[in-house]
Amino acid sequence: MKAIVTVIGKDQIGIIAKVCTLLAENGVNVLDISQTVLQDYFTMVMLVDLGKCEMSFTELAGILDEDGKNIGMSIRIQREDIFEAMHRI
Amino acid sequence: MINFGEILQTLDMIDQQHLDVRTITMGISLRDCGDPDPKKCCDKIYDKITRCAGNLVKTGEEIEREFGIPIVNKRISVTPIAIACEACETDDYVQFAKVLDRAAAETGVNFIGGFSALVHKGFTAGDRRLIAAIPRALSETERVCASVNVATTRAGINMDAVAEMGRTVKRAAELTADEGGMACAKLVVFANAVEDNPFMAGAFHGAGEPECEINVGVSGPGVVYNALKKCRGEPFDVVAETIKKTAFKVTRMGELVAREASQRLNVPFGIVDLSLAPTPARGDSVAAILEEMGLESVGAYGTTAALALLNDAVKKGGVMASSHVGGLSGAFIPVSEDAGMIAAAEKGAITLEKLEAMTCVCSVGLDMIAVPGDTPAETIAAMIADEAAIGVINNKTTAVRIIPVPGKTVGDKVEFGGLLGSAPVMPVNACGSADFIARGGRIPAPLHSLRN
Repeated sequence: MKAIVTVIGKDQIGIIAKVCTLLAENGVNVLDISQTVLQDYFTMVMLVDLGKCEMSFTELAGILDEDGKNIGMSIRIQREDIFEAMHRI
Repeated sequence: MINFGEILQTLDMIDQQHLDVRTITMGISLRDCGDPDPKKCCDKIYDKITRCAGNLVKTGEEIEREFGIPIVNKRISVTPIAIACEACETDDYVQFAKVLDRAAAETGVNFIGGFSALVHKGFTAGDRRLIAAIPRALSETERVCASVNVATTRAGINMDAVAEMGRTVKRAAELTADEGGMACAKLVVFANAVEDNPFMAGAFHGAGEPECEINVGVSGPGVVYNALKKCRGEPFDVVAETIKKTAFKVTRMGELVAREASQRLNVPFGIVDLSLAPTPARGDSVAAILEEMGLESVGAYGTTAALALLNDAVKKGGVMASSHVGGLSGAFIPVSEDAGMIAAAEKGAITLEKLEAMTCVCSVGLDMIAVPGDTPAETIAAMIADEAAIGVINNKTTAVRIIPVPGKTVGDKVEFGGLLGSAPVMPVNACGSADFIARGGRIPAPLHSLRN
């Protein structure tokens, strides 16, 4: 299953490294990354594949949310389908 | 891959603009639950509802987490109890409301609809018993919603039922006087009621519906409002296009959630209901959309035209986004549930008469309106008759959900809490309609019902 991870928060050193490590530790493969910093706010969108992730979607979402809070960022994961449905015919 | 801007737009809609799926409603047929023994009938109802909807709330929450889209309500609608329980040898239909309430609590849904009767042409014995039980049923249960269909375009208006519902509304208010007449917030009187409506309080599982199905109600007044803010001053062609595009996106999301829920629960997908349903939250208001079109306040001249455009554009955008559209599908204008409506009512910008005019062009009717507690039952019945006439003549659903708040008068305010919000008590025309209502009988079906 493919999903979209969005990471939003105040910019700091090493966000991408921390998030990618976190995803790798949980068996999540990163397929694409888009990132920008707007007025000190870091915004990153990642397309990921959960094919090798062994935990449930809910557990993974919980870990990302929790670890995101620890580094002062909002990390959210959502199934890709919702964006496809809303923005593609 | 979906681009950056599109992803952020969706997140913004969810986080800032109150985009949500308003309800996943499971329709369950209770036609196989009839039994002469009321105890057995209650057991069958409880068992069937808890069996079919056992995983409804859990599944809804899973979908919510995976898609990251709030699903505000999980609900159940059932076969009108007047039909399902008619074979029961009892006059006490309150027990059926209580069993529905217990089943709703067990499954974790916040409302269950279907304590209903369809009496547009006349009453059966079961219909009469059900209507007689409504005031107590709604005051002695927490989650049960009742509805009565008193008119259709095909059958005309059952004025005996209209009169009866005027009295029923009053009685329901009196029995819940200490809660501001709360029971009336769970009672809808319909003309041309639809069989697959997922929204409360008027949901029931109609006679033509399958054994069990999933219907989804989308919402998103805040999303439409924000989209319109970006085209301030533009002509109405642009307004209509903008609403259509927004409605399309919102509905696609609803369709996805509906299909996912249907697949996971192994229950057929029924319809997506394209309604703009406001909540008392700031920025989630249908009134705000109308005001964004250029009205100083909802209720000003132009309100009906603005609402007609909104309602039509939502349907045009939504229809293409879903394979099956149904339910009420239109903008809701409940006064107590919409911050903009409440403000307009408080400053006298909107009146019952203007609301009645607005119901001609939107879904569904005089909704969540508090009126003085001393409003006569006949006056309420006459309001129901007027709304029913609008529905019958215009071939659309109309409804009345009005609360004569015991002990309160114009200038007072009543709090219902939660999504039901709060309502200022609105003035009612003091001229009586008692002799009109006392006539009874039926108002014949209009000529355009004879289509064959």
